[in-house]
Amino acid sequence: MKAFTRHEGLVAPMDRANVDTDLIIPKQFLKSIKRTGFGPNLFDELRYLDEGQPGQDHTKRPLNPEFPLNFPRYQGASVLLARKNFGCGSSREHAPWALDDHGFRAVIAPSFADIFFNNCFKNGLLPIVLDEAVVDQLFKEMEAQEGYTLTIDLEKQQVIKPNGDTIDFEVDAFRKHCLLNGLDDIGLTLEDADDIRAYEAKRREQAPWLFDAVK
Amino acid sequence: MAGQTLYDKLWQDHLVKSREDGTALIYIDRHLIHEVTSPQAFEGLRLAGRPLWRKDSLVATPDHNVPSHAAERAAGVAGIRDEISRIQVQTLDENCNDFDVVQFGINEPGQGIVHVIGPETGATLPGMTVVCGDSHTSTHGALGALAHGIGTSEVEHVMATQCLIQKKMKNMLVRVDGDLGPGVTAKDVVLAIIGKIGTAGGTGYAIEFGGSAIRSLSMEGRMTICNMAIEAGARAGMVAVDQVTLDYVKDKPYAPQGEHWDKAVENWSRLHSDDDAVFDAVVELRAEDIEPQVSWGTSPEMVAPVSALVPDPAGEADATKRAGIERALEYMGLAAGQKITDIKLDRVFIGSCTNSRIEDLRAAAAVAKGHKKADSVKEVLIVPGSQSVKAQAEKEGLDKVFVEAGFEWREPSCSMCLAMNADKLGAGEHCASTSNRNFEGRQGYGGRTHLVSPSMAAAAAIAGHFIDVRELELQGETA
Ligand code: SF4
Repeated sequence: MKAFTRHEGLVAPMDRANVDTDLIIPKQFLKSIKRTGFGPNLFDELRYLDEGQPGQDHTKRPLNPEFPLNFPRYQGASVLLARKNFGCGSSREHAPWALDDHGFRAVIAPSFADIFFNNCFKNGLLPIVLDEAVVDQLFKEMEAQEGYTLTIDLEKQQVIKPNGDTIDFEVDAFRKHCLLNGLDDIGLTLEDADDIRAYEAKRREQAPWLFDAVK
Repeated sequence: MAGQTLYDKLWQDHLVKSREDGTALIYIDRHLIHEVTSPQAFEGLRLAGRPLWRKDSLVATPDHNVPSHAAERAAGVAGIRDEISRIQVQTLDENCNDFDVVQFGINEPGQGIVHVIGPETGATLPGMTVVCGDSHTSTHGALGALAHGIGTSEVEHVMATQCLIQKKMKNMLVRVDGDLGPGVTAKDVVLAIIGKIGTAGGTGYAIEFGGSAIRSLSMEGRMTICNMAIEAGARAGMVAVDQVTLDYVKDKPYAPQGEHWDKAVENWSRLHSDDDAVFDAVVELRAEDIEPQVSWGTSPEMVAPVSALVPDPAGEADATKRAGIERALEYMGLAAGQKITDIKLDRVFIGSCTNSRIEDLRAAAAVAKGHKKADSVKEVLIVPGSQSVKAQAEKEGLDKVFVEAGFEWREPSCSMCLAMNADKLGAGEHCASTSNRNFEGRQGYGGRTHLVSPSMAAAAAIAGHFIDVRELELQGETA
């Protein structure tokens, strides 16, 4: 996994609550058996004026001029500013894959749906929860200032504004550790293989019907 | 010490190890997989040279991409016309062969929507931890299991380690007491719950559904409720084990038998919250207050009783919410204050892991019997949740009732729940759907979904617009 330590990037808005994963990446693109290549179809139904199909040349598709991510001022953005309950709906990891593939490294919102939140960390994408009022203020500042950037320092758990003001955020110790070091958590869990085997042996004794029923 | 909740017990039973950083390793008993969220996980195992930790924990089936048309279905995987869909289903075949995983293949008797076949085969059981790369895994919690959806990286993690790294969730009790009125179903109950607590109301919680109205539901009704826990933001929903659960599980193909059965029953008898258990949040509803529900917007919380009016955004004080309602009404092509019963339907879909079990089909057939779909309705799809549901329905003659009513009888698949196969809404079309998500574009680009129960969907198919199914029954119009 890609490590995340400190990142400075242009901020772009996704100004609506309850953005679901169907909106982040529509189902027709879920037919891919790869982890990459979803970027051009991020927010497909909002970004383009036509219906997208997998394998299409997206450079030939009509862009929706009213969708902020298409505005020249937000090109190259890597920090997404969003509203409440971002990423609700399906468990598709294609949602963080699409955000990542498009170039986003962090998403800031007042709250996230649980599965999406979890999936982000597995892909080096940092979801940051900030108070609704703080997010509101960031929206205002971003709109007022073209080229508005934020710096995110994971080690210090701080979002740093262009004027140097800092906003603290919370992050789980384990997730932080994995992100800072770009660690593969399967490898970490396998270090506990003996504990897993011991548990399994005990469980097999207590509830033998849970084993070997399906073969 | 206060007593434990059902979730506390299930968590405790599966705790391999608590780590100092506040995370825990939780052991997974059953891992269900389908074609959409597993290929990248198998690929990850291959790249890292890792084997499956315990292959008898896995059960696979293709459901999202498989065609529902009998003709296209007949030729099996090779007959899937959409090339990328075919490759994805083939990839599941290959992965199951390479890793020696049990799969119910495309036209085999056990095939179906993953959340329908788990309980019906006994592959998912009370007391288990169940995961799947699919958010509606919460369905299996109806059995008194801890079941939730995971992303593809976690699918790979469970394949390789049999564990998940988790933080314990908070406990929420949603209690529905009283008696449900005639024509009011489990689907209406769960839509009413989501309407009340919102799509983020359960975020961070495991929800236990309790109270006399929940206890009086069949297992299938409980599955419908737990299925949509995720629509209330909760990864896991569950119902305590009782006699209804045991009667349902007994003699399922993979359920314990003989001595193991007795031991299992003893073990499962403690799978309920203790009387003195403490919940972090409690939500209460009266069953008598719940009417048949219809969603009018683009989020499952945008739902109203069938007798109500489409809301007016002007009445909403919160600016973000108001903007959400305005956008939803525009997308849905509805006017503030119009009657729900004036919404006309272009298509009707009865199916999905929420409502495609035999009792759902019986309920729809009871309404459809002796009627014809309205001419203005282009298509009514009935998509059974599994091969075994299909076989049972045909045994009972339900397929004939549907065909006589002008409905289409299809093959087990997810179908128009998410429109990954050929079943889709056209832009601007309104659909009465028994599925679980009314998100923009979910059932087809520009499509407009209204979530309802199977009997409400069948009634709408006949009337051509929403209608209170109870009126239909009161008029004695149903057989
Ligand atoms: S029926 Fe719908 S919600 Fe259920 S698993 Fe299939 S696509 Fe997902």
